[in-house]
Amino acid sequence: MESEFLSTMLLTFKLATVTTVILLLIGIPLASFLVFTKMRFKSVIETIVSMPLVLPPSVLGFYLLLTFSPASVIGEFLTSHGIRLAFSFEGLVIGSVLFSLPFMVHPIQSALSQVPLSIFEASYTLGKSKLETMIRVIIPSIRHGLISGIVLAFAHTVGEFGVILMIGGNIPGETRVASIAIYDEVESLNYAMAHQYAITLFVVTFSILLLVYTLNKKSLGGIK
Amino acid sequence: MILINITKHLNTADGALEAHFDLSIHDGEFLTLFGPSGAGKTTLMRMIAGLEKPDSGHIEVDGEVWFDHTQKINLPPQKRSIGFVFQDYALFPTMSVRDNLLFAAENTQQRRTVDELIDLIELSNLASRLPSTLSGGQKQRVALARALVRRPKILLLDEPLSALDPTMRQKLQDELSLIHKRLGVTTLLVSHDIAETVKLSDRIASIESGKILRTCKPMEFFSPQTLSGKLQLIGEVLKMEEDFPVVIVTLLVGSSIVRTVLSSEEASALHIGDHAIISTKAFNPIVMALE
Repeated sequence: MESEFLSTMLLTFKLATVTTVILLLIGIPLASFLVFTKMRFKSVIETIVSMPLVLPPSVLGFYLLLTFSPASVIGEFLTSHGIRLAFSFEGLVIGSVLFSLPFMVHPIQSALSQVPLSIFEASYTLGKSKLETMIRVIIPSIRHGLISGIVLAFAHTVGEFGVILMIGGNIPGETRVASIAIYDEVESLNYAMAHQYAITLFVVTFSILLLVYTLNKKSLGGIK
Repeated sequence: MILINITKHLNTADGALEAHFDLSIHDGEFLTLFGPSGAGKTTLMRMIAGLEKPDSGHIEVDGEVWFDHTQKINLPPQKRSIGFVFQDYALFPTMSVRDNLLFAAENTQQRRTVDELIDLIELSNLASRLPSTLSGGQKQRVALARALVRRPKILLLDEPLSALDPTMRQKLQDELSLIHKRLGVTTLLVSHDIAETVKLSDRIASIESGKILRTCKPMEFFSPQTLSGKLQLIGEVLKMEEDFPVVIVTLLVGSSIVRTVLSSEEASALHIGDHAIISTKAFNPIVMALE
């Protein structure tokens, strides 16, 4: 029982970590694109990014499940290449990335849009490329947005329930994460175990948020 | 020698206009682009820097082509030897004063001159401070020093002093003049301040509605040929008080106030906020050093 508890907790945080890292890699370019593009379809992309905020998780989960199933074109292609996404950890990662996308993109986007254009231009006139400008000038000055994005995406993934239930099910060691386990333990009237999961999630997420906000306050000081 | 002959379609607050700038700048010269806002001064500056693309024409600096429409050459700002000082300073907020300058340095030799430049702008004791802790004048000095680190062929100043209070403005004008003399870098300044223009520039290009109307020495521009006054000052009209049959006009000249009496007829051409020339020719002015 104890080892199952540990493996579930580990899986939960592994899912949240992998999701957050992927989101960070996608989030910075996507947010920059949304801030700087003059494309006409910008609002459409913005809407898609924000959809998970208002859409019931079960809707996203349902469509992902349909997509992953061998009956769909994508699912058939994946299955024929030996990739199974439904009821697997990889499938959960994809679902979580989509579901937590706005939580990563929005803080970065809002931080980026506050950086004056002249900061970018000043760096260009000093001979620095766009990439170097981004890494040395822009990313350090939007770090409060990055930190918020990382924390929100991580915490949101840890707390995710609906999407995982739809596409992941409840396979111990593979797709059974803490939020699902709590539901499962309560269903079987095992309140002690449910409480153990719940209090762990509570304490861990509280500590992470507290740590980040404290550090954030100290390191940012006057910089916004 | 910098040769510019470019056109650009501009959308200004007063409607669209076809701007055409034909200008040559000599080595080491301090040239001011003078004119009302919306005339295209800043756009011209940004096109020289490569931050905006002209529609057609040619920009050449010391024989190197920076832009040529027919040859399809358009060097990005990174490839142009420029120093640009922005109106809002554009200092990198997470870097200290010294790091802002070091960021600009391309080689060890330039890195070594960073402390020299910090000395020059008298900020040695603040070198490790973050920009957010500096005053407006200090920030502007850092921006200026940062633009000079790479020893650019041309220094572009986009109304660098407009956000500062008058005292700081005067101090920085003096420093700018000093730095220009010391380093001899070709400098282009955007300004709509007459005093600043006269004080700093070797030559002025007056710009209106996207055209360069004339280029000449600043005093030639601001004092009409018909006047041959012995004493000429340029000031801003602060106050006009009717005191029949005369009007008492108060003007700001530099940082001093001058009051004078005009006839109602003479005063009718003036409005509060106007720039005006004060000239007198009846006597020889006495100039004495202040204690």
